[in-house]
Amino acid sequence: MKTGETAIILGIGTDTPLSLRRRLLDMGITKGAELRVERHAPLGDPVEIFVKGYHLAVRMSEARTIEVERIKNTPVAFVSASENTLD
Amino acid sequence: MSSGKIVIAGNPNAGKTCLYNALTGSAQQVSNYPGVTVDIKSGVLRWQGQRTTVVDLPGTYSLTAYSREELVARNFILDEHPSLIINVVDASNLERNLYLTIQLMEMQIPMVIALNMMDTAERRGYKIDVEGLSQLLGVPVIPTIACRDKGIDEISAASLAVLHGKEKADPSPLSYGHGVDDEVVSLTRVIEKIPALKERFSPAWLAVKLLEKDERAATEIRDLTPSESDALLKQADDAISRIERHFNADASTLVAEHRYGIAAGMVKSCVTHTASNRRDITESLDLIVCNRIAGPLILVMVVAALFFWVFKVSDEWAWIPWFDGFQSPTGFMETLFLSLSRFITPLEESMPMLYSLLNDGVIGGVGGVMSFVPLIFFMFLFVAALEDSGYIARVAFILDRPLRTFGLQGKSILAFIVAGGLGAGGCAVPGIMSTRTMREDRDRLVTMLVTPFMNCGAKMPVYAMLIAAFFPHNRTLIMMILWALSWITALVAAWILRRTLVRGEQMPFVMELPPYHMPVLRGVLRHTWERTWMYVKKAGTVILAINLVLWALMYFPRPAEDVAADEHLAFSFAGRAGKALEPVSQAAGFDWRTNIALIGGFAAKEVVLGVLGTAYALENTDEDNFLSLSEHLAQKPDWNPVRAFALMVFVMLYAPCLVTIAVIRRESGSWKWALFATLYSTTFAFILAIAFYQIGSLLI
Repeated sequence: MKTGETAIILGIGTDTPLSLRRRLLDMGITKGAELRVERHAPLGDPVEIFVKGYHLAVRMSEARTIEVERIKNTPVAFVSASENTLD
Repeated sequence: MSSGKIVIAGNPNAGKTCLYNALTGSAQQVSNYPGVTVDIKSGVLRWQGQRTTVVDLPGTYSLTAYSREELVARNFILDEHPSLIINVVDASNLERNLYLTIQLMEMQIPMVIALNMMDTAERRGYKIDVEGLSQLLGVPVIPTIACRDKGIDEISAASLAVLHGKEKADPSPLSYGHGVDDEVVSLTRVIEKIPALKERFSPAWLAVKLLEKDERAATEIRDLTPSESDALLKQADDAISRIERHFNADASTLVAEHRYGIAAGMVKSCVTHTASNRRDITESLDLIVCNRIAGPLILVMVVAALFFWVFKVSDEWAWIPWFDGFQSPTGFMETLFLSLSRFITPLEESMPMLYSLLNDGVIGGVGGVMSFVPLIFFMFLFVAALEDSGYIARVAFILDRPLRTFGLQGKSILAFIVAGGLGAGGCAVPGIMSTRTMREDRDRLVTMLVTPFMNCGAKMPVYAMLIAAFFPHNRTLIMMILWALSWITALVAAWILRRTLVRGEQMPFVMELPPYHMPVLRGVLRHTWERTWMYVKKAGTVILAINLVLWALMYFPRPAEDVAADEHLAFSFAGRAGKALEPVSQAAGFDWRTNIALIGGFAAKEVVLGVLGTAYALENTDEDNFLSLSEHLAQKPDWNPVRAFALMVFVMLYAPCLVTIAVIRRESGSWKWALFATLYSTTFAFILAIAFYQIGSLLI
């Protein structure tokens, strides 16, 4: 995803360790929530996202476990696997 | 069963501390929960002639026990059986805050909600139906603006009414949806039949925890009822598989999502949002502060300013009124102990040993600790203000990536800079204490272990003396090399530690970037005072004890007749140790005199200079008057620039001073790491000193 883009969270990857999954859940990364990529840190990592009304900093390695579907003007038919994460 | 205590729980940045301060006034105790360095504050709420203990739990987003804070908050509630929870909820961020509220409700303890930051919520266009929310939750909801003392009386009144049974505040039962609820009920029934569990946990809460695959809960069950745990855990596993098969999803995720579902439902029915689309201050500020180019520049400026002001205010500017003019706070402390020392001078003739004990051992030791106090106070003051404003989170955001390469993280930079990472001056003690803002244990430990490599103020006089003697034409160059060397060593050491002793996955770094706000002076001052006082109390006692030991080593045994100071020193245990170490230390070019000085330097690095002076039989050698020593060494045939450089490298890197060791022990929670810090850095220092000495000697 690019800076400024908005997406709907589909879930957290099933092969994600339980501790990380819990942490993300506790911070509000839940299915159906809307997520916006705010900006990247100077070296591109971590990434700042806006979700449920607040700002979160997440490392890219952890952000990649969040599966999303981009919101576009037209419905998305097929989104490739890599586009489905926060890359 | 319940303790009559009130606990305050809530998300970080929800205004918990403000509410706590408003409720308890000034008197309070700060204690450390055993084994971890998370502070638990407790104070007394006095209201209309009644007194109740109030405990401020660490701020958490959840109670899943994955972080230190969560574990402490959760265990405190389980161990202490509070009679009431005051849950501070950020009204402007209701949904996520209610997620914790729901977890607290699961514990089935009477609760009062402080719906805080009502002003921010209104400004953002949220209208909250307080009465409706209270009905849904089953507990009183009181709107507050804690930082401006609004709603405090109402909270006190409601809390005491609940405590005395005049008002009901039992949280409503929660539903996790069809399929899950049934499992909760049947597990609850099993748990209710086990007295050991029933005594400690709310059975329904434990049932939910088991379905969430909470490892901590499982461990505790095994400890409490070894005989019955297998059957219970098996039953829980079966229930989990049934749920996962039914919903085709992970059970712990399901439970969490249901909690969010409940929270979202409440928000939907109680909050109306009139859109205010204007960007708030935080977003506008972050456009600049977190910008790829401006961000790092601002960071450097803020850090430089912090550094500049702390040392100006605490050490350089004389602004404390004193008899004959003004003193700087540090100077004031030094003067205080100097006059104490003068006060006992009459003893020098009559009772020389007592005098030396009092002067060098007690006053020197305590004075050494106390002279750090102004520096620490102001460092905490500035750091607390930065923390309170929300900026520290941005620092961590900007610097996380580069520092992660070495197994550190964004916030490590603060410790390095405070410890002297910018060049001249600084102090590892406040540096290590500043790591408290780090929530990740391993990152924090490694940061603490490498922070003392920075060039603190105490190393400066030693460098200055040796550079003046052996590198008079290359001062700047040598200082630059020493500065670079300290950073390289710290980063490489962190890299090695992270791959050997402090191995393990880096903790997930999911951090909230909280909205900026003006630091609240009262809170910042109070925070600063607590930290400073803790330092004085704890470090002071340890330092004094070890300093007395060092004093004895340099004083005993006494030679039979009166001899000069240098011969006396050579005769002492420290002197003998210095000579005994000479065959080894020769590899780095250190003779026995240097060895004694370095042994003395364990107390504080400034001491190196003084002891070296005594060992070379010079009178009145102190840091203001090192020139004579410098000239003396420059003329000695066995000294040369290579030896001097090796010594500087050693002084830079070897064992942290006593105060630092005591602080590492305090902050890491164990003597093991304090001892390790001493040993590994001395080894590191010795190896490098040998390398520089041997290679340097070949080149000359």
